[in-house]
Amino acid sequence: MRNIFALALLLPLLAHGGEGDTIMQKGGSNPAAMPCITCHGTDGKGMAAAGFPRLAGLPEGYIAKQLADFKSGRRENPVMQPIAQSLTEAEVAAVAKAYSELPKVNIKAGPVVRPVPGSGAWIALRGAWERNIPECTLCHGPSGVGVGIAFPPLAGQSALYIESQLNAWRGTKAIPATRKTKAVAAVPASRRNDPNSLMQHIAADLSESEIKSVAEYFASLGESNEAFDESQHRLR
Amino acid sequence: MKTNAIQFLPLLLVLTVGSALAADSPSNPRLDDQTQLPKAPAQTFGRQYFQPPADADIPNNAFGDQVRRGQDLFMNTKALAPDYVGNEMNCVNCHIDQGRKANSAPLWAAYPMYPAYRKKNNKVNTFVERMQGCFQFSMNGKAPAADSEIMTAMTTYVYWLATGAPIGKALPGRGFDEPPPPKGGYDITRGKAVYDNQCAICHGDNGEGKKVGATSVFPALWGKDSYNWGAGMHRINTAAGFIQHNMPLGRGETLSDQQAWDVAAYVNSHERPQDPRLLNGSIDETRKRYHADDGINLYGVEVNGKKLGQGVQ
Repeated sequence: MRNIFALALLLPLLAHGGEGDTIMQKGGSNPAAMPCITCHGTDGKGMAAAGFPRLAGLPEGYIAKQLADFKSGRRENPVMQPIAQSLTEAEVAAVAKAYSELPKVNIKAGPVVRPVPGSGAWIALRGAWERNIPECTLCHGPSGVGVGIAFPPLAGQSALYIESQLNAWRGTKAIPATRKTKAVAAVPASRRNDPNSLMQHIAADLSESEIKSVAEYFASLGESNEAFDESQHRLR
Repeated sequence: MKTNAIQFLPLLLVLTVGSALAADSPSNPRLDDQTQLPKAPAQTFGRQYFQPPADADIPNNAFGDQVRRGQDLFMNTKALAPDYVGNEMNCVNCHIDQGRKANSAPLWAAYPMYPAYRKKNNKVNTFVERMQGCFQFSMNGKAPAADSEIMTAMTTYVYWLATGAPIGKALPGRGFDEPPPPKGGYDITRGKAVYDNQCAICHGDNGEGKKVGATSVFPALWGKDSYNWGAGMHRINTAAGFIQHNMPLGRGETLSDQQAWDVAAYVNSHERPQDPRLLNGSIDETRKRYHADDGINLYGVEVNGKKLGQGVQ
């Protein structure tokens, strides 16, 4: 009995070893938890064209929360939910830590950007305050580099992924039948795990074309190879 | 004449109610000594606020260059004017949407109200002097000279924002449109609950704000990186107005009057940099002179056994 307790005490320590890497490469202890690299890439940078997001350098707390939310169903996704449900708590913690330790997206700070009205950059940098939509960078940080554990980086993220998430937050309204077309039922939001419901109204009040263009804007902020000195200011 | 009076009766009623609320009478609990400007009228339901010109309308000439320079300073005050900003604040933190948003002290509504007498310094202030006050108090720094390049650029930007606004006329949306104080008063403990639930995610558990590298993203609400004890935002009534209309970001107008006052009181019941007008090193004297009649504030007031107004560095 005492040995079991001792083992239990050791578990969290074991999880911080190479376990995160093992889960990424080979999957969890339950075979249903497939290796992460299958979709998120060997370098953790995702597969942009397929809409699989970059996980490398995301905050540990953010990744752990997303996996917990997949488990609980606050974030719905046919691929990720079964995987998250097959991971143990310790595995979730280990894989979140391992991804957070991979290099963060490196966006070089530049001069002030003056977005063109109506562009994706405009939504990202100016918002649409007439609809109470703050500029994305107000919370996700200048250049969308991410802030704290609650506001993930948007810069360099897959456009298809950003678009699908905004759509997941908004759901779709029902379309009534016409003479030629059948009625389409409303689709409820499949992602409901935003803290303080901050994203729901933003996603709902953006148009489809705005969603596409703002997603493309952040995806286009390519990664820089040059090191960035964090003591420099990032301008808005 | 009689018919006219009857015709205008609804209007008269509105005016009377409006001025009764605005009057600086001792019976008015919203009395605010720093608000020497006439109170902004309420917006008629369904009417649009004043619309400042669009960015695309900034001309491509020497004037336009100053507008853009002023806009950059407004958005990146700490980064571009570090000698004058003593904390981690930027103008845009309180004047949301580049100073365009109604009820977030929009600059298009402020500019046409100056020069104006201000009790705060007992003289007629130009708009530039008013902005210098922001640097001294809200930015806890020192004011750039009136004829400096920084002040010229910022004034040019604000003047441009006010293009087409009537001079000397209080526009709806000016200031923060403060909610009336709740009947039962405010409660700091209840305010903490609102803060922990809705504000801490961005502003931090200890009001410290959040930065990315050197750049402040979510401003500090108290402590050394925040506005000082002389800033208008240290008044609970003023902060309640800002919070109710603008917070959480994108979800303004969701807190009740009570919640807005409670959380404003919680935020403003913490230490922050000293009021630069500190008299003879005495909090009590400073309270008597500058804070006792300045809206609702906790400077020099004992909260949880500690007298506030010590200042932090």
